[in-house]
Amino acid sequence: MRKQFRDSINTALNNPNLTGALGRFSEAYRVSREKAYEGIDFEAVRTQIAERKGYAASHLDELAERFTAQIEARGAKVFRTDDPAKVREYILNLARQNGVKTIVKSKSMASEEIHLNQHLEGAGIEVRETGLGEWIIQLAGQTPSHMVMPAIHMTKEEVADVFSDKVEQGQAPDIPKLVKFARGKLRDKFLSAGMGITGANIAVAETGTLIIITNEGNARLVTTLPKIHVAIVGIEKLMSDFADVVPVLTALPRSATAQLLTSYVTMISGPVPNTDGTPKQLHVILMDNRRTEMSRDPKFKQALQCIRCASCLNVCPVFRLVGGHVFGKVYTGGIGTILTAWFDALKASDEIQSLCIQCGNCTQVCPGKIDIPGLILELRRRLAVEKGQPLAQKAIFSVVNNRRLFHSMLRTASLAQKPLKKDGFIRHLPFFLSDMTEFRSLPAIADVPLRDRFAKIDQQGAPSRAKLRVKAAISGVPSTASQSTELQPPAERCDAGLKTRSTQPTEIPTTAIGANASPKCAAPSEKAAFYSGCLIDFAYPEMGESVVKILNKAGIEVTFPQGQTCCGAPARFSGAYEVAAQNAKDNIDALLSEDVQYVVSACPTCTVALKHDFIATFENLGDTGGLPRARELATKVIDFSTLVKKLVDEGRLTFKQGRQLGQVTYHDSCHLKRTLDVSEQPRELLTKAGYQIAEMYEADMCCGMGGSYSMKLPEISAPILQRKLKNIKDTGAPLVVMDCPGCVMQIRGGLDKDGAPIKVEHTAQRLAEELE
Amino acid sequence: MPAIFDQFKLRAEAVSAEVHRFPHTAAALQFILDYLLAAGISNEPGSGAVWADCPFLRVLNKAQLAQRLPGLSFEVTRESAAAAKVGISQLDWAMASTGSLVQDAAPVERRLASTLPNIYIAIVETSRLLPDMPAVFSKIRPEQSNYISFITGPSRTADIERVLTIGVHGPEKLIIVFVDDIAGVN
Repeated sequence: MRKQFRDSINTALNNPNLTGALGRFSEAYRVSREKAYEGIDFEAVRTQIAERKGYAASHLDELAERFTAQIEARGAKVFRTDDPAKVREYILNLARQNGVKTIVKSKSMASEEIHLNQHLEGAGIEVRETGLGEWIIQLAGQTPSHMVMPAIHMTKEEVADVFSDKVEQGQAPDIPKLVKFARGKLRDKFLSAGMGITGANIAVAETGTLIIITNEGNARLVTTLPKIHVAIVGIEKLMSDFADVVPVLTALPRSATAQLLTSYVTMISGPVPNTDGTPKQLHVILMDNRRTEMSRDPKFKQALQCIRCASCLNVCPVFRLVGGHVFGKVYTGGIGTILTAWFDALKASDEIQSLCIQCGNCTQVCPGKIDIPGLILELRRRLAVEKGQPLAQKAIFSVVNNRRLFHSMLRTASLAQKPLKKDGFIRHLPFFLSDMTEFRSLPAIADVPLRDRFAKIDQQGAPSRAKLRVKAAISGVPSTASQSTELQPPAERCDAGLKTRSTQPTEIPTTAIGANASPKCAAPSEKAAFYSGCLIDFAYPEMGESVVKILNKAGIEVTFPQGQTCCGAPARFSGAYEVAAQNAKDNIDALLSEDVQYVVSACPTCTVALKHDFIATFENLGDTGGLPRARELATKVIDFSTLVKKLVDEGRLTFKQGRQLGQVTYHDSCHLKRTLDVSEQPRELLTKAGYQIAEMYEADMCCGMGGSYSMKLPEISAPILQRKLKNIKDTGAPLVVMDCPGCVMQIRGGLDKDGAPIKVEHTAQRLAEELE
Repeated sequence: MPAIFDQFKLRAEAVSAEVHRFPHTAAALQFILDYLLAAGISNEPGSGAVWADCPFLRVLNKAQLAQRLPGLSFEVTRESAAAAKVGISQLDWAMASTGSLVQDAAPVERRLASTLPNIYIAIVETSRLLPDMPAVFSKIRPEQSNYISFITGPSRTADIERVLTIGVHGPEKLIIVFVDDIAGVN
């Protein structure tokens, strides 16, 4: 990471106006967006948008031709080009031919993309942005820090200074007055300009219609007062049918600014009369600039489904800290990273892609259903292929890929850390590593990792507990059959078997099934393989022991396949897919080597790797040979809370009766909530155990850990963590529980530094104490 | 009709528009003229009103109206609209779900009247009120009009410190006048 990039991050982080404004905005946005979508089925709307935009992305040529034929038949002129230079040249020639001296513009990201203003100004033409925010930053000589709110980083005092310096002395920092001032000054420009330039939000092929969505009304003036109108349209704005506009018009204002509709929507399908009665010159520039190439890329085609609402920026825990300028000059935030990689150059995304913490917030709100974090990982992978991995990273992964070496190094580290650790924490690291422990303590590496302890865990209890459970069933403790069709544990098969044997299955009450069940059915033979992941194995083996204890209580014997190794997430998140694939293969071999019903993990990131990413990695590398076994493994993989919830529902685990354990607050881990879709299960388990859940603000917001992210970008990880700690403390609960050992590491380390007397535990540890 | 009218009113008022409803042309006209008087419309520079030709005016005597109210003009030009305080025109559809108005705005005077003056009075026939966007989309024909405008509340911005400010480049006030029965139209 170059110093310049780090500096830009630090400048942003140390700009209280920026972080304050963005922080407040992101908090307000979440609430107002939700309100704007009241009564609207967001999933249905975005499915429609993704489908219609996806269709358009597969038919760009055809739609461009239809659009052109329609609008040209009514007198417009369409110029289609792949080359940004030709767009600039076309507009400059047009201006010169018509003696245009002043141009007024309403917002066009496409024009920003090709740096049109500089080009025209360089040729001596005055270009005025007329959107208030754009005008402010144009005067200030800056670039937009947000796609929808370009000047969000500036205070009214700064705006007043800019107006005073650049336009007219003596402007006061009074927002209504500043707005009036802009109205007055720009009105003259509208009335005198010879050309108006706009973008377009949608271009409809069926009717040859440009749709322009604004709030200030500037686009209406830009398209009404000057005698020439030029619309610069990225070809991904094309949609097939006029009816396709409805879902976009439903989502865009709601997602962008939490409005039901913007003040103005303008639909232009051909030239209109000028104020002197002459017909307007209407030019539409369909700009490609690699969009067609993008549409042919099987991975990145979906990025053309973007409707430029910027909601991915608004929900991003990183964006709200650093703002847009860190991302570059044009497109910002998550989608901006992807667009920059294509419209500028892959290497232009090299640094900014590292800003993504992979929390997945944006995937929940994207109206185009774009897997932004997934595409950023793909950028990372392509960058790693193109320029190779950094040497240090390569060295680390070569160790990770050698399981024995990796594990023996971790064991050695446990000895080497002795002088640094105190009550299980490392609070200071020397030299260049000090950043890592500045804002949170790190866990000490366990003296004996879980893999070496495992054989000593007493699992004798498992079968006897199972018998107890059967006894309980006989005595009338209800047992609910599982609804899951994905996993078929023996207990269910047993029930099914009983039902077929029975002559009147429907009349047998639950207790009777229990009474008929032979102890063999109750599953002493039922087995689960525990996949620990590195953190539980080497830092928090006690979490693993808790899992074993709980599963034993349900009569499940737990094994620890010794061949298991790193889940490959760190490699995958760094774009090192070959390393991740090797990790996948080793783990699949290890975990399928034993005949188990479940592969259970208490780390959501590992669970996602086992359940989804092994398959995705093989698919990405074209390694079809590995796929069947990766899929076989995926069917067995289950996260801890989902499994335990299921066992409780089936009556195989029961909580101690009548406990009143006080308040607890629950932190949703990113991959558990957003990839595995698990958030109610742990809350329900904690409630059943006797806790009262005191929900924290933004419970599902990332804690800033992000695996190695917190090591690579501690300056961003730290303030994200601080926010999380504040939200935890504000609940007043003495205990915070979560399902991810990575989050435990981050939050426990943060609270240790902070000194707040709040206990941090994995759900498994908390529940192990509360089950019968 | 009452239910969707109420919804329209609620939505439009939520975005700072004023909504009025009158049974017939005479009552609506009275309201508009009173409003113009109260707004201080006169022959003074910057105090005029421009009224774009529309079905509402069909049965009215424009010359007489202009005489009754100095400063009111039915000649909507770049200059007269830019100098006017109030613009008036009629719209084709209203959309209850968002409190929006929809207009075939290809004739330039319609755009001038609704964009340049500070106050915009929008006349719409009550029977042209539709429930939602799909209903509106089934009525509008982009093939037949080169410029269709949706207007929802007055012009607005939140570009400085995210503080909502009404009235940037377009009108600061939007007065919506529903008329149940426009004389001479049906």
